[in-house]
Amino acid sequence: MFERILYITAVVFLIVSYVKDKGKTRTALKKSWKAFANIFPAMAGVLALMGLVLTVLSPEIISRLMGNKTGFVGMVITSVVGAITLIPGFIAFPLASSLLERGAGITQIAVFISTLMMVGVVTAPLETKYFGRRETVLRNAFCYVFSFIAALIIGMVTA
Amino acid sequence: MKMVKPYLLLIIIIVIDVVLFLNDTTTGKQILQVTAQNFIQMLSVLPPIFLLIGLLDVWVPRETIIKFLGENSGIKGVFLSIFMGVAAAGPLYAAFPVVGIMMKKGARFTNVLIFLGAWSTMKIPMFLFEITSLGAKFAVTRWLLSLVGILIIAWFIDKLIGNKEKHAIYAKHADNSGSQK
Repeated sequence: MFERILYITAVVFLIVSYVKDKGKTRTALKKSWKAFANIFPAMAGVLALMGLVLTVLSPEIISRLMGNKTGFVGMVITSVVGAITLIPGFIAFPLASSLLERGAGITQIAVFISTLMMVGVVTAPLETKYFGRRETVLRNAFCYVFSFIAALIIGMVTA
Repeated sequence: MKMVKPYLLLIIIIVIDVVLFLNDTTTGKQILQVTAQNFIQMLSVLPPIFLLIGLLDVWVPRETIIKFLGENSGIKGVFLSIFMGVAAAGPLYAAFPVVGIMMKKGARFTNVLIFLGAWSTMKIPMFLFEITSLGAKFAVTRWLLSLVGILIIAWFIDKLIGNKEKHAIYAKHADNSGSQK
């Protein structure tokens, strides 16, 4: 649904732009294309990498890795898996809830979800393109540490 | 070599994929399938985003972005950055082009980082899905903690990355094709 809103917004703005100024609209389209073409090689690389990692670390393998592990070791395992992989939410959340049912700890699941979303090892090449190496390393490191703190608090709150 | 370098990562991955395929056809096919899905998803998400980036580049003057998200935008700029991030749709990699145009138009570095943080982990569509799969207590706690977390992380990164480096990052996104403002 949100994707559709995005499409409708883009198309509406495009039409308004075209009606107001054809020349400017043409420039805009050229800029859109240039922005895309500039980043396409890095993005294609990241998508291919994601394809490889997602296959090797498939939901089945992740659930086997994570199992019903608890404690700090469990958190380290789930966080590493979360940091490396980039699973879309519609797969990640059902996976997380099925792991919970099978006895995984809530803290381990929380650290998994947070690292999954905030830490992107596979997207790092892309992030470096836009932000440089230092920001990429800093942001991912901070987010990794934050995921642990957040998970511990979530564990206490939901206990 | 100049043509090859941007595609280096892609080429390396393709070589690994081919080697895996030759060793184990099932896994190879699976990789092919997942990769194809990724590309299809990219092609469904990115067109409107890049379209909006192009339109924004041409129609919205730098001054406007500076006013709303720039150095002196204050707390309003922070709120706007969070709002833009949570209202987004699409995977994290789709946020980077948006971040690029934000920096090009003079958004403040902390605001850019806050936007990226909100996009990564606080998106409303994801949040709603998280509530239904993991419960409201879990999702709401995580959302609120993330809100605090991304603000602190943005502040730290901003402090740790010096002005000189910040200028270098912004220079990457500066317009060099002589566009109209």
